[in-house]
Amino acid sequence: MSFISRGFRGKRRDTASSSRLPPGQYIVTDYPVLSAGPTPRIPLNEWTFVIEGEIDKPRSWNWEEFRKLPTEQVTKDIHCVTKWSKFDTGWTGVSMDKILEGVETAAEYTVQFSYGGYTTNLPLEDLTGGKAWVVYEFDGQPLHPEHGGPARMLVPHLYFWKSAKWIRGIRLVNEDEPGFWETNGYHNYGDPWREQRYWGD
Amino acid sequence: MTVQQSDLKLDGNAIGGLLREIFTMEMTAAEGTCSSCGKVHAVGQVEVYMNAPGVVVRCPACGQVQMRIVKGGGRYWLDLSGIRCLEFSSE
Ligand SMILES: [Zn+2]
Repeated sequence: MSFISRGFRGKRRDTASSSRLPPGQYIVTDYPVLSAGPTPRIPLNEWTFVIEGEIDKPRSWNWEEFRKLPTEQVTKDIHCVTKWSKFDTGWTGVSMDKILEGVETAAEYTVQFSYGGYTTNLPLEDLTGGKAWVVYEFDGQPLHPEHGGPARMLVPHLYFWKSAKWIRGIRLVNEDEPGFWETNGYHNYGDPWREQRYWGD
Repeated sequence: MTVQQSDLKLDGNAIGGLLREIFTMEMTAAEGTCSSCGKVHAVGQVEVYMNAPGVVVRCPACGQVQMRIVKGGGRYWLDLSGIRCLEFSSE
Protein backbone atom coordinates (compact mmCIF):
# COMPACT_ATOMS: atom_id res chain seq x y z
CA MET A 1 0.00 0.00 0.00
CA SER A 2 1.43 3.40 -0.93
CA PHE A 3 1.45 6.50 1.24
CA ILE A 4 -0.84 8.17 -1.28
CA SER A 5 -3.64 5.68 -0.85
CA ARG A 6 -3.22 5.79 2.93
CA GLY A 7 -3.53 9.58 2.92
CA PHE A 8 -6.56 9.45 0.68
CA ARG A 9 -8.30 7.03 2.99
CA GLY A 10 -7.31 9.25 5.88
CA LYS A 11 -9.17 12.22 4.46
CA ARG A 12 -12.36 10.22 4.18
CA ARG A 13 -12.18 9.13 7.79
CA ASP A 14 -14.61 10.85 10.12
CA THR A 15 -13.17 13.11 12.80
CA ALA A 16 -14.19 10.79 15.61
CA SER A 17 -11.98 8.01 14.31
CA SER A 18 -9.12 10.40 13.38
CA SER A 19 -8.92 11.58 16.97
CA ARG A 20 -8.59 7.95 18.02
CA LEU A 21 -5.61 7.42 15.74
CA PRO A 22 -2.17 8.25 17.21
CA PRO A 23 0.28 10.19 15.00
CA GLY A 24 1.93 8.22 12.19
CA GLN A 25 -0.50 5.27 12.42
CA TYR A 26 -2.97 3.84 9.89
CA ILE A 27 -6.06 1.71 10.48
CA VAL A 28 -6.26 -2.00 9.68
CA THR A 29 -9.31 -4.23 9.85
CA ASP A 30 -7.42 -7.54 9.80
CA TYR A 31 -5.12 -8.62 12.62
CA PRO A 32 -1.48 -8.79 11.46
CA VAL A 33 0.69 -11.45 13.12
CA LEU A 34 4.05 -10.26 14.40
CA SER A 35 6.65 -12.74 15.51
CA ALA A 36 10.27 -12.63 16.60
CA GLY A 37 10.62 -16.40 16.67
CA PRO A 38 8.85 -19.74 16.39
CA THR A 39 5.37 -19.84 17.90
CA PRO A 40 5.43 -21.61 21.29
CA ARG A 41 2.61 -24.12 21.86
CA ILE A 42 1.96 -24.41 25.57
CA PRO A 43 -0.42 -27.20 26.65
CA LEU A 44 -2.90 -25.83 29.19
CA ASN A 45 -1.93 -28.48 31.74
CA GLU A 46 1.65 -27.19 31.64
CA TRP A 47 0.81 -23.50 31.66
CA THR A 48 1.54 -21.39 34.73
CA PHE A 49 1.54 -17.68 35.42
CA VAL A 50 3.67 -16.21 38.20
CA ILE A 51 4.24 -12.90 39.97
CA GLU A 52 7.80 -12.92 41.34
CA GLY A 53 10.72 -10.70 42.27
CA GLU A 54 10.22 -8.03 44.93
CA ILE A 55 7.36 -9.78 46.66
CA ASP A 56 7.47 -11.62 49.99
CA LYS A 57 6.26 -14.85 48.41
CA PRO A 58 5.83 -15.48 44.65
CA ARG A 59 2.23 -16.00 43.55
CA SER A 60 1.46 -18.50 40.86
CA TRP A 61 -1.60 -19.91 39.14
CA ASN A 62 -2.07 -22.93 36.95
CA TRP A 63 -4.60 -22.69 34.13
CA GLU A 64 -7.48 -24.03 36.21
CA GLU A 65 -6.74 -21.65 39.08
CA PHE A 66 -6.23 -18.72 36.75
CA ARG A 67 -9.58 -19.29 35.03
CA LYS A 68 -11.33 -19.09 38.41
CA LEU A 69 -10.24 -15.47 38.83
CA PRO A 70 -12.91 -12.86 38.10
CA THR A 71 -12.88 -11.99 34.40
CA GLU A 72 -13.57 -8.79 32.51
CA GLN A 73 -14.53 -8.15 28.92
CA VAL A 74 -12.87 -5.09 27.47
CA THR A 75 -12.95 -3.39 24.08
CA LYS A 76 -9.80 -1.45 23.24
CA ASP A 77 -7.94 0.17 20.36
CA ILE A 78 -4.46 -1.29 19.86
CA HIS A 79 -1.48 0.42 18.26
CA CYS A 80 1.53 -1.45 16.85
CA VAL A 81 4.85 0.38 16.47
CA THR A 82 5.01 -0.98 12.90
CA LYS A 83 2.31 1.67 12.32
CA TRP A 84 -0.93 -0.26 12.18
CA SER A 85 -3.76 0.44 14.62
CA LYS A 86 -6.84 -1.70 15.09
CA PHE A 87 -9.96 -0.25 16.66
CA ASP A 88 -12.48 -1.92 18.98
CA THR A 89 -10.66 -5.18 19.65
CA GLY A 90 -12.59 -7.37 22.10
CA TRP A 91 -10.79 -9.31 24.83
CA THR A 92 -11.64 -11.47 27.82
CA GLY A 93 -9.20 -11.75 30.67
CA VAL A 94 -8.21 -10.90 34.21
CA SER A 95 -7.22 -7.38 35.19
CA MET A 96 -3.76 -6.85 36.63
CA ASP A 97 -5.46 -5.01 39.50
CA LYS A 98 -7.10 -8.30 40.43
CA ILE A 99 -3.88 -10.29 39.94
CA LEU A 100 -1.87 -7.86 42.07
CA GLU A 101 -4.57 -7.46 44.73
CA GLY A 102 -3.02 -7.44 48.19
CA VAL A 103 0.56 -7.60 46.87
CA GLU A 104 2.92 -5.51 48.94
CA THR A 105 5.99 -4.41 47.07
CA ALA A 106 8.48 -1.57 47.05
CA ALA A 107 9.21 -2.26 43.36
CA GLU A 108 8.44 0.51 40.92
CA TYR A 109 9.23 -1.42 37.73
CA THR A 110 8.15 -4.68 36.13
CA VAL A 111 9.40 -7.11 33.51
CA GLN A 112 6.92 -9.24 31.58
CA PHE A 113 8.52 -12.53 30.55
CA SER A 114 7.18 -15.06 28.10
CA TYR A 115 7.35 -18.64 26.95
CA GLY A 116 9.88 -18.44 24.11
CA GLY A 117 12.10 -15.92 25.92
CA TYR A 118 10.58 -12.52 25.07
CA THR A 119 10.73 -9.76 27.68
CA THR A 120 9.40 -6.21 27.92
CA ASN A 121 9.63 -3.69 30.76
CA LEU A 122 7.09 -1.28 32.22
CA PRO A 123 6.69 0.91 35.29
CA LEU A 124 4.40 -0.87 37.76
CA GLU A 125 1.94 2.03 37.63
CA ASP A 126 1.28 1.23 33.95
CA LEU A 127 -0.03 -2.20 34.92
CA THR A 128 -2.46 -0.97 37.59
CA GLY A 129 -5.48 1.31 37.70
CA GLY A 130 -7.52 -0.49 35.03
CA LYS A 131 -4.80 -0.22 32.37
CA ALA A 132 -3.65 -3.82 31.89
CA TRP A 133 -5.03 -7.36 31.62
CA VAL A 134 -3.91 -10.93 31.12
CA VAL A 135 -6.24 -11.99 28.30
CA TYR A 136 -7.09 -15.43 26.94
CA GLU A 137 -9.95 -14.72 24.52
CA PHE A 138 -10.08 -12.54 21.42
CA ASP A 139 -13.54 -11.79 19.98
CA GLY A 140 -15.00 -14.45 22.27
CA GLN A 141 -12.72 -17.22 20.99
CA PRO A 142 -9.69 -18.79 22.70
CA LEU A 143 -6.62 -16.78 21.81
CA HIS A 144 -4.80 -18.44 18.89
CA PRO A 145 -1.13 -19.32 19.58
CA GLU A 146 -0.07 -16.98 16.75
CA HIS A 147 -1.65 -14.11 18.67
CA GLY A 148 -0.06 -15.13 21.95
CA GLY A 149 -2.36 -17.82 23.32
CA PRO A 150 -3.05 -19.44 25.72
CA ALA A 151 -2.70 -16.00 27.32
CA ARG A 152 -1.04 -12.71 26.55
CA MET A 153 -0.73 -9.29 28.12
CA LEU A 154 -2.97 -6.43 27.02
CA VAL A 155 -1.61 -2.97 27.83
CA PRO A 156 -3.44 -0.97 25.18
CA HIS A 157 -2.32 2.55 26.16
CA LEU A 158 1.22 1.72 24.99
CA TYR A 159 2.58 0.37 21.69
CA PHE A 160 1.68 -3.28 21.38
CA TRP A 161 5.25 -4.61 21.82
CA LYS A 162 4.66 -3.69 25.49
CA SER A 163 1.94 -6.39 25.61
CA ALA A 164 3.88 -9.67 25.71
CA LYS A 165 2.48 -12.70 23.88
CA TRP A 166 2.68 -16.17 25.56
CA ILE A 167 2.97 -14.50 28.97
CA ARG A 168 4.60 -16.66 31.65
CA GLY A 169 4.89 -14.13 34.42
CA ILE A 170 5.73 -10.70 35.71
CA ARG A 171 8.82 -9.86 37.75
CA LEU A 172 8.61 -6.92 40.12
CA VAL A 173 11.96 -5.10 40.20
CA ASN A 174 13.49 -2.10 41.96
CA GLU A 175 15.55 -1.00 38.97
CA ASP A 176 14.22 -0.67 35.45
CA GLU A 177 15.40 -3.55 33.21
CA PRO A 178 14.94 -2.78 29.50
CA GLY A 179 13.54 -5.77 27.59
CA PHE A 180 14.03 -7.48 24.22
CA TRP A 181 13.33 -4.47 21.98
CA GLU A 182 14.04 -1.75 24.53
CA THR A 183 17.72 -2.82 24.62
CA ASN A 184 18.07 -2.50 20.84
CA GLY A 185 16.69 0.82 19.65
CA TYR A 186 13.06 0.84 20.73
CA HIS A 187 11.83 3.44 23.19
CA ASN A 188 11.88 2.50 26.85
CA TYR A 189 8.29 3.62 27.47
CA GLY A 190 6.47 3.52 24.10
CA ASP A 191 3.57 5.98 24.33
CA PRO A 192 1.86 6.00 20.88
CA TRP A 193 0.32 9.46 21.49
CA ARG A 194 3.81 10.93 21.91
CA GLU A 195 5.13 8.74 19.09
CA GLN A 196 7.81 7.20 21.29
CA ARG A 197 9.05 4.64 18.80
CA TYR A 198 12.85 4.76 19.07
CA TRP A 199 15.58 5.75 21.50
CA GLY A 200 15.56 9.52 21.79
CA ASP A 201 11.97 10.00 20.50
CA MET B 1 6.35 -26.69 25.69
CA THR B 2 6.59 -27.53 22.01
CA VAL B 3 7.46 -25.04 19.36
CA GLN B 4 5.86 -24.91 15.96
CA GLN B 5 7.84 -23.55 13.05
CA SER B 6 6.08 -20.44 11.88
CA ASP B 7 5.25 -19.62 8.30
CA LEU B 8 6.84 -16.29 9.06
CA LYS B 9 10.30 -17.83 9.18
CA LEU B 10 12.65 -16.95 6.29
CA ASP B 11 16.29 -17.74 5.59
CA GLY B 12 19.26 -15.38 5.74
CA ASN B 13 19.00 -14.38 2.09
CA ALA B 14 15.97 -12.29 3.15
CA ILE B 15 18.30 -9.87 4.92
CA GLY B 16 21.02 -9.84 2.24
CA GLY B 17 20.02 -6.33 1.17
CA LEU B 18 19.79 -4.98 4.71
CA LEU B 19 23.23 -6.37 5.65
CA ARG B 20 24.69 -4.93 2.44
CA GLU B 21 23.42 -1.51 3.56
CA ILE B 22 25.09 -1.89 6.96
CA PHE B 23 28.38 -3.59 6.00
CA THR B 24 28.53 -2.08 2.48
CA MET B 25 29.42 -5.52 1.12
CA GLU B 26 27.74 -8.82 0.33
CA MET B 27 27.33 -10.71 3.63
CA THR B 28 25.22 -13.80 2.90
CA ALA B 29 28.36 -15.96 2.51
CA ALA B 30 29.82 -14.66 5.81
CA GLU B 31 30.04 -17.33 8.52
CA GLY B 32 28.91 -16.73 12.08
CA THR B 33 29.73 -18.78 15.17
CA CYS B 34 26.75 -19.11 17.52
CA SER B 35 27.61 -17.78 20.96
CA SER B 36 25.21 -20.28 22.50
CA CYS B 37 25.91 -23.65 20.81
CA GLY B 38 29.15 -22.87 18.94
CA LYS B 39 27.93 -24.15 15.58
CA VAL B 40 28.95 -22.23 12.47
CA HIS B 41 26.43 -21.20 9.81
CA ALA B 42 26.62 -19.03 6.73
CA VAL B 43 24.44 -15.92 7.08
CA GLY B 44 22.35 -17.21 4.17
CA GLN B 45 21.39 -20.28 6.25
CA VAL B 46 20.20 -18.63 9.45
CA GLU B 47 16.54 -18.29 10.48
CA VAL B 48 15.09 -14.85 9.97
CA TYR B 49 11.91 -13.34 11.43
CA MET B 50 11.01 -10.02 9.85
CA ASN B 51 7.34 -9.56 10.81
CA ALA B 52 8.34 -7.87 14.03
CA PRO B 53 9.37 -4.40 15.22
CA GLY B 54 12.86 -5.34 14.02
CA VAL B 55 14.65 -8.21 12.29
CA VAL B 56 15.42 -11.19 14.50
CA VAL B 57 18.04 -13.72 13.35
CA ARG B 58 18.11 -17.10 15.08
CA CYS B 59 20.56 -20.02 15.04
CA PRO B 60 19.21 -22.87 12.87
CA ALA B 61 20.79 -25.38 15.28
CA CYS B 62 19.72 -24.14 18.73
CA GLY B 63 17.20 -21.32 18.12
CA GLN B 64 19.19 -18.75 20.10
CA VAL B 65 18.83 -15.12 18.98
CA GLN B 66 22.00 -14.27 17.04
CA MET B 67 21.26 -10.78 15.73
CA ARG B 68 18.66 -8.10 16.24
CA ILE B 69 18.53 -5.33 13.68
CA VAL B 70 16.32 -2.29 14.08
CA LYS B 71 16.17 0.41 11.42
CA GLY B 72 14.12 3.52 12.02
CA GLY B 73 14.18 7.27 12.44
CA GLY B 74 17.30 7.49 10.28
CA ARG B 75 19.35 5.08 12.42
CA TYR B 76 20.30 1.42 12.74
CA TRP B 77 20.64 -0.56 15.96
CA LEU B 78 22.58 -3.76 15.56
CA ASP B 79 22.98 -6.39 18.27
CA LEU B 80 25.40 -9.15 17.32
CA SER B 81 25.89 -10.51 20.83
CA GLY B 82 24.49 -13.92 19.81
CA ILE B 83 27.32 -14.32 17.29
CA ARG B 84 30.66 -14.97 18.90
CA CYS B 85 32.63 -14.44 15.70
CA LEU B 86 31.69 -13.34 12.20
CA GLU B 87 34.11 -14.31 9.44
CA PHE B 88 33.89 -12.68 6.02
CA SER B 89 36.03 -12.04 3.00
CA SER B 90 38.11 -8.87 2.80
CA GLU B 91 38.31 -9.08 -0.97
ZN1 LIG C 1 23.26 -22.07 18.20
